[in-house]
Amino acid sequence: MAAAIQIHVNGDPRDVRADATVGDLLRELAIKTERVAVELNLEILDRKEFDQRSLTQGDRVEILSFIGGGAPLDMYGRGRGFVHAE
Amino acid sequence: MQNDPLTIAGRVFASRLWVGTGKYKDFAETKKAIEASGADVVTVAVRRVNITDRSKENLLDYLDPKKYIILPNTAGCYNVEDALRYARLGRAAGVSDLIKLEVLGDERTLFPDTAGLIEAAKILVKEGFIVLPYTNDDPIVAQKLVDVGCPAVMPLAAPIGSGLGIRNPYNLKIIMEMIKVPIIVDAGVGTASDAAFAMELGADAVLMNTAIAGAKDPIAMAEAMKYAVYAGRLAYKAGRIPRKLYATASSPIEGML
Repeated sequence: MAAAIQIHVNGDPRDVRADATVGDLLRELAIKTERVAVELNLEILDRKEFDQRSLTQGDRVEILSFIGGGAPLDMYGRGRGFVHAE
Repeated sequence: MQNDPLTIAGRVFASRLWVGTGKYKDFAETKKAIEASGADVVTVAVRRVNITDRSKENLLDYLDPKKYIILPNTAGCYNVEDALRYARLGRAAGVSDLIKLEVLGDERTLFPDTAGLIEAAKILVKEGFIVLPYTNDDPIVAQKLVDVGCPAVMPLAAPIGSGLGIRNPYNLKIIMEMIKVPIIVDAGVGTASDAAFAMELGADAVLMNTAIAGAKDPIAMAEAMKYAVYAGRLAYKAGRIPRKLYATASSPIEGML
């Protein structure tokens, strides 16, 4: 078992294995890769890269997907920057 | 609408009613309302996945991306940089280059920042996006959006979620006459007659969310909107009579006693 490193996933700290990839993280979180976009330190990754991109200490990962939203929506749309989906 | 498809950037849309997926009670209601509306384009927002509670269902479990054209938006973005980021994330999360571009200028009115909108549109068009911009009812801005490569323009009828209906039919009419790409009236519709009016003016489609999702019976309202858009489109194509100040008798005078 490799040593743990700390990264941030959607703003929250999380420990992962030192040799983990983005793909490993998604599997651990039980997230289907075909419906998400992943940003690693502000770089948007291609789905094909998930299993190649290794995580390192301090990485900031954002995992996003589609939620209900409309003709520009005030329910989620009032805040600036990223907001948590309900 | 049978045999009256809308084509934008080579993509064919069967329905002239487009709907948002926000503000519904739950996904089951969302699905039923969208089915009742007959829409084949649904807008979605791009947000963080809930990683602490994975039991939550996904919108796409209810809306099959094979059946619906999923149109990601950049809702909630108040500057060009955020809008670009969300647009790119939307493309990465989905399967197409379609983006409903919003760059908002003010939180109270949710009116678009049209300078930022044009700037963001220009960049995204260069990146290969099919940019459908949410804009105000300004014909000059609409033309500038076309000039930077937008294959359709989506002017508002009234502030988002306001239900005020078509506030400036004359500006919308000027946009429809001046602008040579499809015009989708987006936001502000309150009830079925508003949607019919937009289509009678010559809109190519209407996009709405709150008018359906916020109705007492969203599924019934979705159906009403389907017929309203259809009726308005038929009336537009049929060509209305001119308005006249005085009466014109419909029955002949000949043969009267």
